[in-house]
Amino acid sequence: MLRFIIRRLLLALVTLAILLLIITAIPNLAPGDPARKIAGGTASPERLEQVREDLGLNDSVLTQLGDTVTAVATLDFGTTASGLPVTDVLRTSLWNSFKLVLLSLIVIVPLSILGGMAAAYKKDTWIDRTIVNVGLAFAAIPDFVAGVFLLAFLGVPFEFFKVQANAPGEGPLTQVQHLLLPVLAVLMVYFGYLARITRAGTINALDADYTRTAFMRGLSTGAVFRSHVARNALQPTVAVLGTQLGYLFGGMVALETVFTYPGVGKLIIDAVNGAEYPLLRGGVLAVAVIYMLATLTADLVIAYMNPRARTSLGDS
Amino acid sequence: MSDTEKPSSAETTPASPDQSAEAPVSTAGKAERGQIRREQRKVLLTSPAFIIGSLIVGFWLLAAAFPTLLTTFGPKEFVPAGARSEPFDETWLGTDASGWDVYTRLIFGARPVLIVAPLATACAIVVGTFLGLIMGYYRGWVDEVLSRILEALLSIPVILMAILVVVTFGNSRPVIIATIGLLFVPAITRTIRSAAIAEADLDYVTSAKMRGESGLFIVAREILPNVVPLVVVELTVRLGYAIFTYATLAFLGQTGGNATDADWGLDVSQNFNQIVNDRWWPSIFPAAAIATLVIGVNLIADSIDKALKS
Repeated sequence: MLRFIIRRLLLALVTLAILLLIITAIPNLAPGDPARKIAGGTASPERLEQVREDLGLNDSVLTQLGDTVTAVATLDFGTTASGLPVTDVLRTSLWNSFKLVLLSLIVIVPLSILGGMAAAYKKDTWIDRTIVNVGLAFAAIPDFVAGVFLLAFLGVPFEFFKVQANAPGEGPLTQVQHLLLPVLAVLMVYFGYLARITRAGTINALDADYTRTAFMRGLSTGAVFRSHVARNALQPTVAVLGTQLGYLFGGMVALETVFTYPGVGKLIIDAVNGAEYPLLRGGVLAVAVIYMLATLTADLVIAYMNPRARTSLGDS
Repeated sequence: MSDTEKPSSAETTPASPDQSAEAPVSTAGKAERGQIRREQRKVLLTSPAFIIGSLIVGFWLLAAAFPTLLTTFGPKEFVPAGARSEPFDETWLGTDASGWDVYTRLIFGARPVLIVAPLATACAIVVGTFLGLIMGYYRGWVDEVLSRILEALLSIPVILMAILVVVTFGNSRPVIIATIGLLFVPAITRTIRSAAIAEADLDYVTSAKMRGESGLFIVAREILPNVVPLVVVELTVRLGYAIFTYATLAFLGQTGGNATDADWGLDVSQNFNQIVNDRWWPSIFPAAAIATLVIGVNLIADSIDKALKS
């Protein structure tokens, strides 16, 4: 188990190193002068030089790489173009993203697991087919497409749904109300995917000998599901949730744009468009670290749920 | 993302073509295989999902190839109905704030996505199948190193990585095609790799080795034909994701060109702000176009997968 964790952490470090390289390379390779994008078209040559100096673009690439590593090590990514510390801006966005992800999980996970288990239990009936097909159709649609549909058909006609996902300084309930539409969009995108994986896992578990034995012992359906099926059926679901958590944190760029929600995805796309490289650096690294932690946690949870996986994961 | 339900048809369906437990050398075996292929084709061609999917995708392909057949206006032509005309009134799907016909822009907007997505998928399939076969057949350190690099590609969400690469190398169309293609390589490689590992253990590969065939010959002429069904399924599934990814990049304004070009993702991003003013049609119709195209491709992918398992 320990060997497995160490191995996974080392792998994460390698990945992180590659990412650091990419992030450092971007301002050097990107077409157009980043200094001009930041300072504006009418900036004086002295001002451009100043911006370039601030970004460290006059140093060698190796020095820049060193700066990036230092920035990560000290968690100090410099300041944005408007003079705010990147770390503060990043913290606000991450907190916003966290709220969206948490609410999404609270809604999506129970619904998809129940849906998937129901589909597996009623396999090959109309219930199964409806859950699988509707889920599949929605899962294929990009999140921003789901977003604009919800905006047009729920957000505008109904006062209850808010078109702006951000409710600054309001109470938690109001904030939840404002987040409902993006959460629904996430539900549309993820329900089919998670439900289908839960369904496949549940079908396997229902076929297993231990389940047949449990039913023959006269246990109720609910008891069999709770104590025998769920534990085994949900392993693939947990694994997928781990990876999807990372995606939810940084991959909702388009959805956050639709609902003008200042999460970390919006932060990154704004940083790209404004050539705000320090901000971009911080945002991408934050997403990457969260993503790695989520996958690692998922692996550990699976190892906990299934002792057999512990040995096999060690040398995978 | 969606390679969880691996085609484990070996136990459930005895008559599956990619399970060549016995070497396909006898002519009787070949005839039987042909028979199975024919039956699968029949199942596919009569499945409602495949027919509906093909009709949808066919329509958009027609629009992409010959837009002028389907509309009389140009994508940036002011139509007699004027600006902000409601749909189903003077024009079929209304006009946008610039006075352009929404339906015409849908027809012309099919082209960018139907150029980028298939080409990107083709790149990804070629590279992914090649790497998957090599890694699965040879294993060893090549496999280890490539696995780590491919893993690093997926260390942040695909769409973020796509944005980063496109920003770095410029948002020209070849760069976008290469980026989407590159980002889909890991998933394809993983699927083909595990299939190749399974195939490499089978008798026909062992006998080819004993005949003294070269590794390249075995991979290309013995293993590859047996994973082709899997490659076809991957191809259609990834095509759906490529459309998804391109549309998202366009929506985020990362595909270059002019913001007024006819392109579904761009059109949604340019017009969705007006939804709150009750002018939903300039953004909802292109959004629906994206949805129909991805769903159409997915219907085809799903029915091919089902037919191969039948």
